Amino acid sequence: MSRRVVISGMGWITPLGHDIEGVWKKLLAGESGVSPTEIFDAKRYPTSFSAQVKGFDLAAFLGSDAARHAGASRNAAFALAAAQMAWSQAGLQRHDSLDPARVGIYLGGGEGPIDFEPFVEAAIAGCRDDEGGGIPLDTVRWAARAMNVLDAVRELEQDPNLAASHLAVQFNAQGPSLNTLTACAASTQAIGEAAHMIRRGDADVVIAGGTHSMIHPLGVTGFSRLTALSTRNNECIRASRPFDRQRDGFVLGEGAGMIILEVLEHAQARGANPSCEILGYGSTADAFRITDIHEEGRGAVAAMRMALEAAGVAVSDIDYISAHGTGTQENDKIETLAIRRLFGPRAKSVPISSVKSMLGHLIAAAGAVEFITCVLAIRDQVVPPTINYDSPDPACDLDYVPNQARRAPVRTAMSNSFGFGGQNDTVVVRRFDA
Amino acid sequence: MTGERRVVITGLGLATPIGIGADAYWEALLSRRCGVAAIRAFDASALPCRIAAELPEFSLGDTIPKAYRKAAKVMSRDTQIAVVCAYHAVRDAGLVTSCMIGRGEAPGPPNLDPARFGANIGAGLVCADLPELAAALNTAVDERGKFSHDLWGSVGMGNLTPLWLLKFLPNMLACHVTIVHDAQANSNTITCGEASSHLAIGEAYRTIARGSADVCICGGAESKVNPMALTRPLLYGRLSTKGNDDPSRACRPFAADAPGTVASEGGGLVILEALDRAKARGARIYGELVGFGASTNTTSWSAPDPTGAPVALAVNHALRDARLTAQNIDLMVAFGSGVDAFDACEAAGWKTVMGDRMAQSHAVAVKGAIGVNGAGSGAIDFATGVLSLHHQTVPPSLNTESAATCTGLRFAPKDPLDARIDTVASVAYSLVGSQVAALVVRRYRE
Repeated sequence: MSRRVVISGMGWITPLGHDIEGVWKKLLAGESGVSPTEIFDAKRYPTSFSAQVKGFDLAAFLGSDAARHAGASRNAAFALAAAQMAWSQAGLQRHDSLDPARVGIYLGGGEGPIDFEPFVEAAIAGCRDDEGGGIPLDTVRWAARAMNVLDAVRELEQDPNLAASHLAVQFNAQGPSLNTLTACAASTQAIGEAAHMIRRGDADVVIAGGTHSMIHPLGVTGFSRLTALSTRNNECIRASRPFDRQRDGFVLGEGAGMIILEVLEHAQARGANPSCEILGYGSTADAFRITDIHEEGRGAVAAMRMALEAAGVAVSDIDYISAHGTGTQENDKIETLAIRRLFGPRAKSVPISSVKSMLGHLIAAAGAVEFITCVLAIRDQVVPPTINYDSPDPACDLDYVPNQARRAPVRTAMSNSFGFGGQNDTVVVRRFDA
Repeated sequence: MTGERRVVITGLGLATPIGIGADAYWEALLSRRCGVAAIRAFDASALPCRIAAELPEFSLGDTIPKAYRKAAKVMSRDTQIAVVCAYHAVRDAGLVTSCMIGRGEAPGPPNLDPARFGANIGAGLVCADLPELAAALNTAVDERGKFSHDLWGSVGMGNLTPLWLLKFLPNMLACHVTIVHDAQANSNTITCGEASSHLAIGEAYRTIARGSADVCICGGAESKVNPMALTRPLLYGRLSTKGNDDPSRACRPFAADAPGTVASEGGGLVILEALDRAKARGARIYGELVGFGASTNTTSWSAPDPTGAPVALAVNHALRDARLTAQNIDLMVAFGSGVDAFDACEAAGWKTVMGDRMAQSHAVAVKGAIGVNGAGSGAIDFATGVLSLHHQTVPPSLNTESAATCTGLRFAPKDPLDARIDTVASVAYSLVGSQVAALVVRRYRE
């Protein structure tokens, strides 16, 4: 019998708030975290709104320790706060007997936001001659300015492994630490791989999850150019509408979700009370195209099937699916098709929802936050809604729990994340029964 | 762990400044070639460091099927390097993938199941193409000469190609490789700086051992030879600014006064395969991967732990995983970046692990010849260890004659050294951030 992996703590920083219970209440009430973008001046951008984390103060979570992380990027700060929340909930701060070498980290952490102003200043200086006329980039002119205006700490903090590195220092986690960046699938992948790390015996406790903020000028630019973002600027809280026929793209969000995974024996030995258990994980590549999802959802079907097989459960055992459900035409149609292909007749009767309708798309952090909603759905026997669902799409004909949360018996849930380039990851989580 | 499958190395694909392909690299290493020179990729004359180790010319088109050449337009340099490495690894392993069939290099059908073929590829913070991005940003400057978000949002950003973002996502290395070679199983992208390749290879090892895949292509690739990637480590003091006049002596691993490292580009992808499968198809087996261990420096995210404890912990984890001890290690593949603080800590870590064994064991460090490329460096180190095992030869380590004798690391003198090598340990760690990882390889025996 392989080692069982349980969830002993959770924390998140989201556009709807910074605590588990408060945000969960808002999700069940169908509230939206979307508003006009204030992080930078986006009013003339094709998309001028986003789902931003507001009123965030790292010191509120770390107290005096926040000073140690003074230079932390927005990403790393979100990660620290969410992890502190999870760590406390797990009751780990009271356990000095924890062997630091047995504590690991597995994050789907995004790159830190670019230090935009100095970057642009150097870029423009490199494209101007002495008279101010435009020229192709002259790297000599660029370098002279860049070496002056770029800041060492703010550059270093952009490396995608920095959030995990801050966590290691804060929680004295000396075991293995990894960061995966498989685009929008990253933190689901991190959770799945973290469970394997524990199962195999490479760690007893792992801080797993994701953190990301791409709400900066170049992040928004990148997604806008891909025409992936909703442009419903005149009614932004209605913009994120997964599975609805009028959907026109996703809404960019930011934040972090962290969970404490623990081998069952360790959790029990210290008197912890785990609520859920990770049962299975599947990861595949479409190996199809960089720009499109495989038309029949080949990789998505394979990832979900792999997760079910690893979990040793059948489609009939799945009580709830937290969809990737981004609100783009393509994703929602193909995800629906993939669920239909795998679940057969059962597809129509499984409640499926996308909390991206309320939180936006947290990119690398999305999977972790959505995983937490699965655990809460199991705990409270209620599934969160997909809001802004007004007009059914014939290509999306399943039960998306439209607009209203629903009481439902949920013992086993499945969380999907699919990333650009054909990355597919699925985790199956179940109520913990000794 | 009992019940796990044995995993062997059956292919090596390398892109290094001194040679592309495992054979070319090995020959260049033995003949002490150095890949460090004045930067050719762009005019670096205004930077305090004007040297780097760049790749020789390569033809991407020769490594992908003709039908895929159009996609080359959305590949960053980092991705191109990974794709080149993948081709060489697959060919070296004798795998018949969709790429080899599409290129007409092998008749079909494939000799592996795409659904059991995975990828674990280490990647860096892929830098935007600066001339392209800067020119676009420069269109959004108002009459006062300042960047205007209004101009950028309404018009300027339209100057970027629609697929602009897709070029720079770190997972694009793995995505292109999996598409080119039709690898549909577990696909992961590890982004932990210089530790990325070791962690990716370790993850692939676990993936096959537990049965989630039969074959994995794993390692990493990165290019640091572009304006942003070169400037960032300059700002935080990782690059030597003293070697501009003598590039081939610029990077000196473990020298007491090591002035910093040299930026580089390159990568390595290796083919790991379940032993039973490799045997069934009669594959050449370079060696068996028997141990993986990882650890984290908790003293800082921007400086190494002076005690070297994280290095020792990672190597010890890997040895325990392999059910071996330091007494078994015949060759240490040191990371030895040429940044004095990091080298000193690494040496301390090896000493802790090896004790008296230091005096019998050999060491190799290749950064003097090829610099540090970031996420792909570890895979080249790992492959160096595998090739040393395969050829029973300790290759020379360029620029280590000034290595502080107190490190106790025994590098080969000028010439390659014939040696009995049964077990190799390789370690890597991030030069920014805290990750450390180690791998142990053994000669394959039934």
